[in-house]
Amino acid sequence: MTKYILKRVGISLITIFVLVTVVFFLARLMPGGPFNDPKLSETARENLSAYYGFDKPIFEQYITYLKNILSFDFGFSTKYPSRTVNDLLAGSFPYSVDLGVRALCFAISFGLVFGIISALNRGNKIDLIFVIIAVIGTSVPDFIMGAILQYFFAIEWGLLPIAEYKGFAYTILPSVGLGFYTMASVSRIMRASMLEVVQQDYIKTARSKGISRFRVTWKHQIRNAIMPVITILGPTVAAVLTGTFVIESLFAIPGMGKYYVESVQNNDYSLILGMTVFYGTFLVLCNMIVDILYGIVDPRIRIAGK
Amino acid sequence: MSEIKTELTKEQFEIVGKNIEKMESISRPSLTFWQEAWRRIRSNRAAFFSLILLIIYVLLAIFAPMLSKYGFDQQDAYAMKQGLSLEHWLGTDSLGRDLWVRVWMGARVSLTIGLLAAVINSVIGTILGGFCGYYGGKLDMVVMRIIDVIYGIPSLIVCILVMVVLGSGVQSLIIAMVLVGWTGTCRFTRGEVYRLKEQEFVLAAQVMGEPVFTIILREIIPNIMGLLITNLTMAIPGAIFQEAFLSYIGLGISPPQASWGVLAKEGTKMLQVAPHILYVPAFFICTTVLALNQLGNGLRDAFDPRLRGTE
Amino acid sequence: MADNILEIKNLTFSFRTYGGVVKSVRDVSFDVREGEILGIVGESGCGKSVTSQCILRLNPEPPGFFEGGSILYKGEDIVKKSDKEMRKIRGTEISFIFQDPMTSLNPTMTIGKQIEEIFVGRKGISKAEIKERTIEILKLVGINEPERRYKQYPHELSGGMKQRVMIAIALVGKPNIIIADEPTTSLDVTIEAQILDLLKDLQHKMKTSIILITHDLGVIAKMCDRVLVMYGGKVAEKGTVDEIFYETAHPYTAGLIKSIATLDTAKEHKLVPIDGTPPDLFSPPAGCPFAARCEFAMKICYERQPEEHQLSPEHMCACWLQHPYAPKVDIMKGMEQEGKA
Repeated sequence: MTKYILKRVGISLITIFVLVTVVFFLARLMPGGPFNDPKLSETARENLSAYYGFDKPIFEQYITYLKNILSFDFGFSTKYPSRTVNDLLAGSFPYSVDLGVRALCFAISFGLVFGIISALNRGNKIDLIFVIIAVIGTSVPDFIMGAILQYFFAIEWGLLPIAEYKGFAYTILPSVGLGFYTMASVSRIMRASMLEVVQQDYIKTARSKGISRFRVTWKHQIRNAIMPVITILGPTVAAVLTGTFVIESLFAIPGMGKYYVESVQNNDYSLILGMTVFYGTFLVLCNMIVDILYGIVDPRIRIAGK
Repeated sequence: MSEIKTELTKEQFEIVGKNIEKMESISRPSLTFWQEAWRRIRSNRAAFFSLILLIIYVLLAIFAPMLSKYGFDQQDAYAMKQGLSLEHWLGTDSLGRDLWVRVWMGARVSLTIGLLAAVINSVIGTILGGFCGYYGGKLDMVVMRIIDVIYGIPSLIVCILVMVVLGSGVQSLIIAMVLVGWTGTCRFTRGEVYRLKEQEFVLAAQVMGEPVFTIILREIIPNIMGLLITNLTMAIPGAIFQEAFLSYIGLGISPPQASWGVLAKEGTKMLQVAPHILYVPAFFICTTVLALNQLGNGLRDAFDPRLRGTE
Repeated sequence: MADNILEIKNLTFSFRTYGGVVKSVRDVSFDVREGEILGIVGESGCGKSVTSQCILRLNPEPPGFFEGGSILYKGEDIVKKSDKEMRKIRGTEISFIFQDPMTSLNPTMTIGKQIEEIFVGRKGISKAEIKERTIEILKLVGINEPERRYKQYPHELSGGMKQRVMIAIALVGKPNIIIADEPTTSLDVTIEAQILDLLKDLQHKMKTSIILITHDLGVIAKMCDRVLVMYGGKVAEKGTVDEIFYETAHPYTAGLIKSIATLDTAKEHKLVPIDGTPPDLFSPPAGCPFAARCEFAMKICYERQPEEHQLSPEHMCACWLQHPYAPKVDIMKGMEQEGKA
């Protein structure tokens, strides 16, 4: 187990290192990028110089940059030189995490339940309804889903607030919009997995023991069928959290994504790069945690890595 | 015995022996791999309908803008935000541009990006994966570690970085998608080749002295062709989604150029006033992705009968 | 003679599939006596597994369904029981050992839990008692360090060990009948012998009846008291082990015997395979299912299903060759040796 965790941590650290390095060289070598922009303000230029150490050789600049990252300094905005990435993050990141976690909770819980209900009703109308929901759900990009929900529930029917993030009712539409695609894929995978597991020999063994149907379904079928869902959780977390970018700007939620999109629209490169490094690192770490959790849940991996 | 007793005669007890030919002659007429796959696709209604829908979309994307009297960036201040009408089949957008033309111009961009990105990914992934699986060793190890790292970084982050560096446009979009997209096919092909290279027909080709490239291309790839085509079909929706996402945050295609992502983005801005501006591109994105997913499922089942009935 | 503990009469079980109805078990009758080992032998697809799973109602229903017949256990008909009533029988009255120990254990549950599950929802036994009994049963089936194994997961055990665990699961509820469906097919030959010895030993100690399903006549000869030979979903021949091996009456049984090698197979004896494949149960032939592969097949064999002929109190054979009109042939020798007329 320790070996397995160490391996995961190792790969993640290398990944973060590669990401950070690539961003550095991209930023330095970018033709027509922020560093060669003649319209750059004086303060911005000074800030850049201080952050990257322009007067020193490139290798030293790289080391300085790495040190900055290691001390959680992700740079600043070129448009508004007084703003640093950290300032922005401090105010906005909690919103993004909150939204992301809500969307994930919605997606996983509903996805699992839908998938299970669907599989247990295989072939009848209930199954058909859930399969249709899943098929449609995996065909709609999250910002379109968000916009459609916004249109009907907020504009047309006025049931829920249209935008902003000031209480539970405000969180429903963005979370559902963000999580819908993932919910649909989880439900599809869970359904397929349930149908696969029910044909396994150990289900017959369980039935031959004379235990209740509920117990067979719960302890044997669902417990094993959940495994493939856990394997896709890593990419899913990443998908949901990057999805916050568009959902936040759609619902005017003051999260990271909103600033990210703004910075893209303002060509605020330094800010984009800084936030990208932060975001990338965060997602890699999320992935790592999911991988490790997977190892803990599945005894086969848990033991194999001993 | 439950049967009706009729008088048995001695003649009936003459020994006539086995009749194995008769027993085994019932088997179905044999079909080639492709004939069999085509037959299954046709019998799968959802997949067949999806295929037809996609063909119609491609034809419309090619011909509709040519046949319309409006240009895709032709603005009309007197006909803004109009709904569906005979004049403008799918209405007009906030600048009075005809949506029917813009949707099909957008389809050209979105479908090209989707198809090209998926095809280039598959080609690179298949070739690299083929060599890795066939040779193993150091090459394999290096490529697999690279894939581990790329796989660890969320693909959208990489796309965003590339787009920031290269600027927006179709080319940069495809480059960005290829940079991260080849890893999946590569892993898959590597695994399959690894499995197949031990089999007799590959050994036979090796004994006959065929060069490695020929062995991979002629002996191994045809055996995984079905799965590769399925993966390719399933990869296109991902590319279409990514284009839409990047265009939405302003990094994909820039207006007035149209893509489905750009159109959808414009639609979300007009949602309160003229929701059809969103619904039109949304409808085409969703139906295309839906059709591709269904076709992909159909292909997967057609090429692999063991998977039938799981979806 | 011991009493019948299980009586199966005219059992017919079919599956509805997309292609039509598959008649897997057709008009099968036999009984199981207290404390005996009954062997069921036949090729794959002959209906032996489906028959055995009918006894515990483990076949999926639907698509499977009973077309007729009865399975009497302690005077009650299993065919008519509800799922809830069946639960009381499974595990504690009749238990099952499956073919492939590799896939028959839940990979995400500890060995101990899987054995103890038998007692879930059964009253009058404490947790400590259950654990004690589980450890005891693990010892009994020859698992070393039972305390440690109790907490392990299936993938930590070898194939032979897993099958011992399967046997433990089957035994722990102290059932009257154990059904073992090819319990050794997926194991090494050396492990196979150990497992068979273990089964026989346990059967002796616990006085249970065993229904042993196999395609291996060697296993039958070693283990069983009586044998049922199945072919094409029907009973071809049944009798005591001696009758089946030394007074073989059905050409299919003869074919099976001729196709096995033993150490004392004389030089002049060739191993003779049975040509062809078993019949398609979608549309079973009108006559004897074995006719197409039988070198002694007569016209009547293709036309009508054979009658059952009682050759001794135990020995039954369903073959037209037993009919008085039939020519006298020695089925243990081929037609060529007979000098075909």
